[in-house]
Amino acid sequence: MGFDLVPILLRGLDITVRLTLTSAAVALVIAMIAGLGRLSPLRPVRFLAGLYVEVFRGTSVLVQMFWFFFALPLFGVTLSPFVAGVTALSLNIGAYGAEIVRGSILSVPKGQLEASVALNMTPALRMRRVILPQALVLMMPPFGNLLIELLKATALVSLITIPDITFRGVTLQQTTGRTTEIFLWLLVLYFAIAYPMTLGVRWIERRASAFRKA
Amino acid sequence: MFDFITFSWDGEFALRILPQLLRATLITIQATVVGFALAMVIGLVFALLRRGPRVTAWPAGFVVEFLRSTPLLVQLYVLFFLLPAYGVRLDAFTTGVIGLGLHYGAYLSEVYRAGIASVDTGQWEAATSLNFGRLHVWRTIILPQAMPPMVPAFGNYFIVMFKETPLLSAITVTELMQTAKIIGARSFNYVEPYTLVGLIFLALSYPSALLVNRLEARFARNR
Amino acid sequence: MHATADTAPTSRAPAPHPAGTDGGPQPIVVFRTVKKSFGDVHVLRELNFEVAPAEKVAIIGPSGSGKTTILRVLMTLERPDSGEVIVAGEHLYHKRVGDRLVKADERHLRMVRQNIGMVFQHFNLFPHMKVIRNVTEAPIHVLGLSKDEANDRAKGLLDMVGLGDKLDAYPAQLSGGQKQRVAIARALAMRPKVMLFDEVTSALDPELVGEVLGIIRTLADEGEMAMLIVTHEMGFARDVADRVVFFDRGQVAEEGPPERIFSEPQNPRTQEFLRAVLAH
Repeated sequence: MGFDLVPILLRGLDITVRLTLTSAAVALVIAMIAGLGRLSPLRPVRFLAGLYVEVFRGTSVLVQMFWFFFALPLFGVTLSPFVAGVTALSLNIGAYGAEIVRGSILSVPKGQLEASVALNMTPALRMRRVILPQALVLMMPPFGNLLIELLKATALVSLITIPDITFRGVTLQQTTGRTTEIFLWLLVLYFAIAYPMTLGVRWIERRASAFRKA
Repeated sequence: MFDFITFSWDGEFALRILPQLLRATLITIQATVVGFALAMVIGLVFALLRRGPRVTAWPAGFVVEFLRSTPLLVQLYVLFFLLPAYGVRLDAFTTGVIGLGLHYGAYLSEVYRAGIASVDTGQWEAATSLNFGRLHVWRTIILPQAMPPMVPAFGNYFIVMFKETPLLSAITVTELMQTAKIIGARSFNYVEPYTLVGLIFLALSYPSALLVNRLEARFARNR
Repeated sequence: MHATADTAPTSRAPAPHPAGTDGGPQPIVVFRTVKKSFGDVHVLRELNFEVAPAEKVAIIGPSGSGKTTILRVLMTLERPDSGEVIVAGEHLYHKRVGDRLVKADERHLRMVRQNIGMVFQHFNLFPHMKVIRNVTEAPIHVLGLSKDEANDRAKGLLDMVGLGDKLDAYPAQLSGGQKQRVAIARALAMRPKVMLFDEVTSALDPELVGEVLGIIRTLADEGEMAMLIVTHEMGFARDVADRVVFFDRGQVAEEGPPERIFSEPQNPRTQEFLRAVLAH
C-alpha cells in the first residue's frame, strides 16, 4: 500500500499545518478589521473595506498568489514564497471572513442594540459587551468552514515552490512514478485533517443554535 | 536599472497581450459552463442517493464528504495522472471539466438537499393524501417548490467555480491563467499578464455577484 | 364623521393638562411640533405634548397610529424630522452653543438620555448574560457603580419583581412574564426620571399578563417616576393613568382623565376605537 511513501509526504505536512495556522491567525485579524470597517459610520472607511473585500473575493487565490510571488518583485518588493503564500491566503480568506463578521453583527437582533441604547451605553460599550459577544457565537460555525477551505487552499502553494504535502506528492510522483499510491495517500492525509474539522464545526453549530434558541 | 526594478507597468505591452488573454477567457468561460452543468447533474444524483436507502445513502454521503474535504488541485492531479494509467485517455480540458464537476457536484448536492428539505412537510402529506404516484409528486409538487430558492445558491457556486478555474492551469489547460503564465515566461514580464488576469476575473465576477445578490433579494421578498 | 387632519387639535397650543405652563411644575418631557415620517407615512404630525414629573400617562390608539414612535423618539431610537424634544429642561436632539441650538452629539445625547428608561415589547434581554448581570451591566459600566453597589441594587429590584431566586438563570430559562419582569428591573436599576413602557404585555401569553401589569401598577402607586405607557390593556390604562391620550393618525386626537375618556369620549374616532376594542 506504499506505506514507505508516508514519511516523505508527512515531511510536507509540517508546512501545510504551519501555513494554515499562520494564515488563519492573520486572516482572523484582517476579517475583524475589514468586517467592522464595512459597518463603520465613516464613509471612506466603509468604501476602503468594501473595495478590499470585493477585490479579494472577486479573483481566485491562485491568481492572487501568483501576483504576490511573480508580479510584486517587479515593483521592487520581493516576498519569500512562504510570505507570498501566507499573504495571498490570509488576504483572500480574510475577505470572506470579513463578510462573516459583518453578517453576524447584522444578524444580532435589532432589539439588542435598542436595549443597550435605552440603558445609555456608549457606542463602544454596546459593541463590546452586547453585540460582539452574541455575534461571535454566530461567527464560529462559518469560520470553521472557512478554516477547512483555507486548509484546502494551502495546496496551491505547491505551485509557487513551497514544499507542502502536495508539492512533496508531485515531486515524488515525478521521481518514483508510483502515481496511484502517492495521490491516494495525499487525498487520505487531507481528508484525515479536514474531516475531524468538519465534525468539530458540526458540534459547534449544534451548540451555537442551542444558544440562539436561548 | 534601478528604475526598471522599482516600477514597471508597460501599457503598450499590456495592450498587446490583451487580445490573447481575452481569447483565453473564452476557454475559461467554457470550462465554467460545462463544468457547472456537470456539477448540477452530479449534485442532483448525490442528493437523491443520499435520500435513498442506507446502501446508497451512506456511500454517497462519504463520497460527498471526501470530495469536499480534499483540495480541488489534488483531485485534478489524480484525474490527470491516474486516468491514463488505467487506460482512460482524455484531453486536459475534459479532465479539468470532470474535476470541476465532481468537486462542485459535492457542494451542489448540499444545495439540493437544503432546497428539498425546505419544502414544507405538509406538501408531502397533502400529496400522499391525494394518492399521487411518487414520481408525480417529485416532478409536479416538490421540485417546482424546491428549485426557485436554490437559484441564488447555484448562482453563487457558479461564480465560485468560475474563479477557481485558474487551477486547471496546473494540469496544462490553456485557460486564462495558463496563457498568462506562458506570456510571463516568454517575456520575463509577469506584472502585466497577472494583473490583467486579476482585472478580467474581477470585471466578470463582480457584476455577476451583484446580479446574484439581486436574485437573492428577490427570492427573499417572495417568500 | 371625524376631524380631518388639517383641523386637528394639535394645531392649538399645548393641551391644558397638569403639566401645562399655567403655574404647575416644570414638565419633565416636552414635545414641540415634532414631525416624523417614514417615506410617505406621517407617523407624527406636529406633535405637541407634555408630561409632568411623576405623571402617569397612558397612550392608546389603533395600531400603526404612531404611539410607539413617541416612545422611540424619546428614547433616541428614532430621530425626529423636525421639532424639539425637551427632557428635564434640556434639549434632547439639540444642544446650546452660545445662544444657538445645534445638533447634539453622542455625548449630549447620553447626558439627556440618562433621565429615560424603557421596557420593550419583546423584552430585549441580553441572552448571553445571567439575569443578575443583565441588571448590573449598565449601572456598573454606564453609571460607574461599584460591583457591590450594583449587585445590591439589582438584588433589591429583582426581589421586588419576585425573581430573587433567579439571579443566576439565563434569560432562555425564564418564561415570558419572568423575562419582562427582569427587563423592568433592568430599566429601574438606572433610576430614570421617566420610564417608557412599549406594549410590554403584547408578546406575553394571556395568563402571564397579570404578573407584569401588577408590577407596573405597584411602580405607579409609589409615585416619583413619570411613566409613559403605550398599551392595549384598556382596563389597566384606566386604573393606572392620571391622563389618557388617544393617539390617531400621527396626532393626539383626544386626551383627558381616564374616567372622561373611557366614559364620555368626545371625538368620534375615540368613540369608534373604544367601541371596537371594548366589544370583545
